[in-house]
Order: sequence, then structure tokens, then C-alpha cells
Amino acid sequence: MSRERTRILIVDDEEIVRESLSGWLEKDGYTLGTAPDGMRALEMLKADSWSILLVDLKMPGMDGLQVLEEAKKLRPDVSAVIMTAYATVDTAVSAMKIGAYDYLVKPFDPEELSLMIQKIVSQQSLVRENVILRKVLKREYRFRDLVSKSPVMQAVFDLARTAAKSQSTILILGESGTGKELLARAIHAESPRRQTAFIDVSCAALTETLLESELFGHEKGAFTGAVNRRRGKFEMAHGGTIFLDEIGDISAKLQLDLLRVLEERRFTRVGGTEQVQVDVRIIAATNRDLRKAVDEGRFREDLFYRLNVIPIALPPLRARREDIPLLVDHFLELLGAEMSKHVDGVSPDAMRLLMAHCWPGNVRELRNVIERGIVVTNGSIIQAADLGLLPTAPVLAGHEGPVSLEEVERRHICGVLHDANGNISQAARILGIDRATLYNKMRKYQLRRDGAPENGEEEAEEV
Amino acid sequence: MTDIYLWWIGADAADGRVLNSIRSVVERTFGRAVHVWNNRDRPAKAFDPRRQQHSSTRILQWLVEQRPEQAHKVLALTDVDLFIPILTFVFGEAQLDGAAAIVSTARLRANHGGSSSRLLTSRLAKECVHELGHTFGLIHCDRPGCVMTRSVSVLDVDAKTVSFCEDCWARYRELEREGREDHEQRADSNSDRGR
Repeated sequence: MSRERTRILIVDDEEIVRESLSGWLEKDGYTLGTAPDGMRALEMLKADSWSILLVDLKMPGMDGLQVLEEAKKLRPDVSAVIMTAYATVDTAVSAMKIGAYDYLVKPFDPEELSLMIQKIVSQQSLVRENVILRKVLKREYRFRDLVSKSPVMQAVFDLARTAAKSQSTILILGESGTGKELLARAIHAESPRRQTAFIDVSCAALTETLLESELFGHEKGAFTGAVNRRRGKFEMAHGGTIFLDEIGDISAKLQLDLLRVLEERRFTRVGGTEQVQVDVRIIAATNRDLRKAVDEGRFREDLFYRLNVIPIALPPLRARREDIPLLVDHFLELLGAEMSKHVDGVSPDAMRLLMAHCWPGNVRELRNVIERGIVVTNGSIIQAADLGLLPTAPVLAGHEGPVSLEEVERRHICGVLHDANGNISQAARILGIDRATLYNKMRKYQLRRDGAPENGEEEAEEV
Repeated sequence: MTDIYLWWIGADAADGRVLNSIRSVVERTFGRAVHVWNNRDRPAKAFDPRRQQHSSTRILQWLVEQRPEQAHKVLALTDVDLFIPILTFVFGEAQLDGAAAIVSTARLRANHGGSSSRLLTSRLAKECVHELGHTFGLIHCDRPGCVMTRSVSVLDVDAKTVSFCEDCWARYRELEREGREDHEQRADSNSDRGR
């Protein structure tokens, strides 16, 4: 049964105790390990996975409680039993506080020891069963490479699945790192075009001329260096999907060219006259507020409506913190396999840090932090220090050290306004103040509805 | 074929009827020749005055050294109370995949009603087969009734039978075969060296 999988580590400075206990438990079919002191025990805990830890209370060097405390950091799931020759209530209480499963007074009654081990083993097999069930459930939380259990994202997945079946243009909106490209790929993979090409173009990465040639191709001799005729991304995507990322950054001329393609599914190569007809499904994405850009005359209204047929908004990670543990598991599995380094999980302290972080870089930033954790950790559990995050990283925190109470208030209001997408009533409700007070504070700190400073725009992007 | 030797090393005199009864159960169960060894030597350094009990582990070491030459396995029976350092008592102890095993009647006498020695003999037989099973490499079994289930109380002993379950029997045959092959290989390499 689960006996072969149960690995028991015995830590005691007395060899005779280690031998007699391991000899007794060995006959139950468990895998046994022994350590003569705390340091060796911690090394063994780092190197391998152990399910039960039997640790002597009184040992030279690190005592049992210290070993237990460190062991819990390395292996939060380990069930630890303190062995003691002297039963005192104080010791028992301290052991239980640190997270010991129980304690045993030496010498043990065979029945007591046997029952305790059996109880731990059956509890652990329940936990394992739970992990398997959670994995099954996790499949329910997936939309291709995207993982989420938050209701907002589930709605996004539903909409994306439905939209995938149509031919309509999709506009994905969301901050950097929220997974816009992954969503576009998932839509393509779920669409009837899944067997054909998915071509992605980052519109912000190229100059206007280069992007034009990149999108539509060029004829031989169209410009200096055009020694051959070249197919553009639209032609390559024929029969498939083209993903136009950072569409909000393209020039007025390209906006017009694109509008034509969207209207007629036809274009001419740069330097050419021949009309090229394509059958392409368009998915565009941006982290900018396109409607505002339209209002300000920076983006063509007709193009906006052509793109905004099925808008899908991806929420920032800070608006779906319940997904953080799920995503951490997902990245540990994914990156662990890619990097050939198996890591079991993150410590409770590390998870608290991950949950508290404001994630301006969203899921991409979380992925990077976990990747760093996998690289840096020298155990099988990522510790808080391995993540490279500041221990307290409140929303909008700078790196300038302690700040005044007023500054903390200003930053907090900024964050809440941003999270509330400029909805003053909602922000006031979250802050626990009335709207008039919030307006006064916004005036005082010169904040816009979206939380950005009135005199700057760049900072708003960083919120 | 491995010969098994039974050796009474108790404080009181041996009960010949009980020993014979155990001998036939062991013989039947393991399908091997079992001899009763009448030797008056007793382990001298096994008694722990502080615990007022005998260390079963020390007795096992003594048995390995003192066993008759032709004995591949030696099973000692005693009436003194046994312990291992970490436990308050043990019914018996065996070397896993080793040569020696020991079982005590001291704790098996509990709740047996006083009048019948049949119950005690039956418990003793079960623990003897169990500990000998360990010397052949068998570990504890979860199947109710199997003699290899772990017994931490006389109730546990009474709840099981004196026989192996199907799995443990198959495992015993397998281990026995492996053991014989190992033995033959060792004998071959020894005779090679002899040449």
C-alpha cells in the first residue's frame, strides 16, 4: 500500500535508539533513514523527501525543537514526532506550537508507536489523494496554457471558447504580462483553424516602414535592400490566425492600411500593385486604453470598431490573487520539467510574500520569480529568500526606504483607485470613506480617477 | 535445505510438550527439518538491571555466535521479559533476513485464563512462525489473519492465525529460491577459489 512510499527519518544522538527504532519500523516495510544530529538531519531533509520525522528532544548542538522548526521550513508537509525521555507539559506545548504532530515518551509502548505511525500514514495518504483530486480539478481550471479559478477569468475562458468557434475579430485588452498572447494562441488552438498557422507580430517592436513590409511583404526592388520578393505575415497567416500585439502603438498610416485589410481581406505588397487576397482570422491585443486614444484622436475610430468586435479583457494578477497558489503550482510543474529540477513547492513564508506582492508585471513577473526560485533554491522547497522579492512590497512601493504616513496614504489611495478602474464609489467603499472625502484626498494628492498622478502618464502604466 | 534449531534459553526448565508442539508447527509451516537443541548455556550480558528486563537485541547477537554449526536459522524461546531500547517490551525479535530470532512467553501469558496452556502454546507458535518469517526476509503484512501481521498486544496475536496468507507464502517461496541460488553461487565461487 502506501508503506513503500512512506519514508521515515529518525534523528537521535544515541546510536542504539536509532538502530532499535529503525529495525522495528523496517519490518513494516517503511523506508528508513537515520541521522545522529540536527545538522545531518537537515541535510537529509534538503536532499530527499521524507514523510515522517521522529526527532529526539535532547541532543547536543541543535535540540529537537530547533530541528523541528527548521524541518518545517524545508518540508512543511512532514509529520514530525518529538521523542523525549522526560514528559513535560511545557515541552509538549512548545513542540505542538512549532507544528509537531505529537510526542512520544521513551521508551514507547509498542501499541502507541504503532498506532501513531499508522495514523500518520493514513492521514498522509488522504492528503495525497487530495492532491490527485486537486490535479483533476486543476484541469477544470485550465484553458490551454492559461490557468485560473477566479470567476472573472472563468468568464474570460467561456467567452474565448465561444469566440474561438467564430471567424470574428477579437480584441484582447490587458496590462503587460497578463497573458494576452497565450490567450490568442489558446483561441487559435480551439478554433476550426487550429491545423493552420498562427502568426504573431509585435507591432511596437518595428519602425513604421519595417512593420509595413513585415505585415504585407514587399516586391523585389521595393526599397534599398529588397533584393527579393518577400511574403508578409498576412500572407503567411493565410487560412490561419494572425495575432497583432500592441496594436495601440501603430502609426496613423498603418492604421489605415490595416483598416483596409480588415474591411476587404485584401492588400498589396510594398512596392507592388497586385492585390493579394487572404483568408485570415485577426486577433489584436493592447495594453493601452484604445477608447481614450480614439477620444484623443490618436487612434482611428473606424479601425477601433473593426477590431473591437469581440473584446476580451484580461484582469491584472492583483485582481485575482486567489489564482496565485494555482499559478505557482503550475509554474513549478512546467518550469521544473523544462529546467529538469524538481521542486515540491514553496514554504508558507514564501507563499505569504507571493500573495502580498503587487505584481506590476502580472503573471509573467510571477513566472520569472518562480523561475528564479527554482534556480536559487538548494532544497526541494522554495524559501522566501529564494524569491528575490522585497519582504514588504506594498502597491506602488518605491525603493527609497521608509516614507511618511501621508505618503503611504497617497500610495494606498493610488492603488485602490487603479484597482477600481477609476470607479470612485467602489474605491471609496474599499477605503471605508465617503466619496466626498475621497475627492478631497484626490485633490490633495493630485490624483486622477485611475490613480495616476495628474501631471504624469508614465507612472500610471506602472501602477 | 536450511535447518532450523529451536533452543530453550529460559530461566525455568523447558516444557518438552510445548517445545515439541512448536517444533511440529514450524516444521509444517516452513517445510524444513527442525531440531530441538538441548544446551544449558544462557546469555550472560542481556539483563538490564535498571529495566529489569532482557535485551532481545543482545540475545540475538549471542545466538548468532553460539548457535550450532549446522544451524542456518536459530529460534530461541525464553520465559524472561524482553525489550528493545526504544520500546517498553517486545514479544520477540528477529534479524530481518538474518540467522537468529527470539520469542518470549512472558507477555504472551496475559489474559490466557490460567487453566489452559493451549492458548499460550498457540500464541507462542504464532509468534515463532512470525519471527522466523522475518529471518527469511518477510516483512509485516496487512492482510487480516496472516501470521505476518504486526502484533503489539495479545489481542492482536489472538486475532491472527498461525499461517501465511497467499501473498506472504508466495513471497516466502520466492525469497527461499533466491536464498538457495545465492547459497549455490557462493558455494561455486568457493570451490573455484579452492581449485
